[in-house]
Amino acid sequence: MEKLLTVENLTVDFVTDEGTVHAVRDISFDVFPGEILGIVGESGSGKSVSMYSVMGLLRETAAIDCRTLRFDGEDINPCSYPDKKAYAGKMQEICGKSMAMVFQDPMTFLNPTMRIGKQLCEPILNHTNLSPKEARERALELMRLVGIPSPETRIDQYPFEFSGGMRQRIIIAIALANDPKLIIADEPTTALDVTVQAQVLDLIRDESRRLGSSVILITHDLGVVASLCDRINIMYGGKILESGTDEEIFYQPNHPYTKGLLSCICNPENDDAQLQPIPGSPPDLLQPPVGCPFVDRCEHAMKVCKLYMPEHTELSSTHRSACWLNELAGRGEHRD
Amino acid sequence: MTKYISKRVLFGIATLFVLATVTFFMMYLIPGSPFAGELKGVSESIRERLIAQYDLDKPIMLRYIKYLKNVLAGDFGTSLHRKGALVTDIIAKGIPYTAALGTVAFCVAMSLGTLLGALAAFTRQRWIKGSVSFIATIGVSIPSFLIALLMMVVFGVKLHWLPLVGLGGWKNYIMPSLALALGPIAMISRLVKSGLQEELRQDYITLARSKGTAFVVIVFRHALKNALLPVVTYAGPLLATLITGSFVVETMFTIPGIGAEFVNSVTNRDYTLIMALTIFYGALLIIANILTDVIAAAIDPRVRLK
Repeated sequence: MEKLLTVENLTVDFVTDEGTVHAVRDISFDVFPGEILGIVGESGSGKSVSMYSVMGLLRETAAIDCRTLRFDGEDINPCSYPDKKAYAGKMQEICGKSMAMVFQDPMTFLNPTMRIGKQLCEPILNHTNLSPKEARERALELMRLVGIPSPETRIDQYPFEFSGGMRQRIIIAIALANDPKLIIADEPTTALDVTVQAQVLDLIRDESRRLGSSVILITHDLGVVASLCDRINIMYGGKILESGTDEEIFYQPNHPYTKGLLSCICNPENDDAQLQPIPGSPPDLLQPPVGCPFVDRCEHAMKVCKLYMPEHTELSSTHRSACWLNELAGRGEHRD
Repeated sequence: MTKYISKRVLFGIATLFVLATVTFFMMYLIPGSPFAGELKGVSESIRERLIAQYDLDKPIMLRYIKYLKNVLAGDFGTSLHRKGALVTDIIAKGIPYTAALGTVAFCVAMSLGTLLGALAAFTRQRWIKGSVSFIATIGVSIPSFLIALLMMVVFGVKLHWLPLVGLGGWKNYIMPSLALALGPIAMISRLVKSGLQEELRQDYITLARSKGTAFVVIVFRHALKNALLPVVTYAGPLLATLITGSFVVETMFTIPGIGAEFVNSVTNRDYTLIMALTIFYGALLIIANILTDVIAAAIDPRVRLK
């Protein structure tokens, strides 16, 4: 199948006063048309940063190094453009049109002093030849689509007159404005009430199905991806440790970190089972470990884990995992 | 909106009343009298008649009530220092010069301040950033009379580029308005710079970028308006201050405005002129503050006018 998004060997560093933060370290993945890809990891694992760099939204302190970055047949690798201006021009054509983002915090991602209608019309006017009046009609249509009641009065209101859930619907409407081929949703439910989380996720799923567009869903909540995603990447310490279909991840998890994450999910059928938190904390990305980033918290840690990062092992055509245990198992000398 | 403004105006009138009362009684607590210098050589009977003519022998409460009555009827009295001159005439004569100079200085401060602030916020050139913060430091720390003197020496006396005194032509405005505006320029450029940098860090800028909006458009459409809010709150009182003039700058450049009148009236114990000028300045400040609030509410819908 033709790939919609190809990311090969993406590395993102931030130069700060304390040193260089290696936020994303050499990750590669693909997104196919029409699928929902979940990217799961805890805070600081590089999941948001990797997606921001795909959309070219990182600030200038970020140093991006990438071998291939292709979207919808076009080269969007910042490294292959002669200067920043040329790259920014290309991204202005793509962002908000064929690729759009749903952001994390609906309270801060809307301009507080601009009417909802104007903010909704902005991507429409950026990428189409519609007149302001037609754009307003389209904006009303989008508001109806995402389930805003009485959009005719709501369109002239300001963000502070909306609830958190309603604001998130507006942000989704902005992302949907030009029927994008790829929607990147960056923890779209983290800042919302539990009661509206499911509604917002359903909305993203339904609209992406209707448009036939792909979704990259960034989350730290495995429960969220379980119901929604076709494939899942598990990220940790700036690296992708395991990737597979949702069945593979949930029923045949391979990497100790994935297993740890799964044992953190509450199982309603088994009340007595204690939740098993993963001891320790994520690695310091100022001085990332040379070996496996999970080594300090892993119960199977070996000498080799500390010294070398394992290659990805193909467990099936869709299931890959980077763990030394697989190497050993392959050679039949597994030991703890 | 109308309800808000009328409420604010009523409050303003009450404030003015309190201001007038406090000033009135404070004036008489200051030692000295308007005729202290001039009445040395005159006879006792003339002195008594003069004092009686201005009611200075009556109890202070009576004088206060009489003054309020007159003011409500629009009569601010005559100057005690310049015999027979109505204080309203004195103010009306000085205001055009002071207001013209103040308005020029205000416009210079706003435009140059915003420009320098925006420049400092966006430039990657070290020397531009450096010179803007240098100007800001100079403007805040060096008093206006020193700046005025420096300019007079350099551009007036040494180079003969600009006239030194009066308000004859546009060239006359350059030095006094710059002297008045330098402090405000420093303040505004810092407000604009930090405001813009702050706004451009906000999340909604990222969302605007994700829509494919060009950076320049983002600055003008999204960031600038929000960044200018603190400038607006500063600009209202500034306008009132500049329009009422500066004693130092007006004296140095020999401008017949009311800034000088203010200080002279206090030294002369010219009670009626002090009162009139205080009420005038107070009213101007109140109007400027109401305007500021209305403009701020127009910019930021979250500011509710109640």
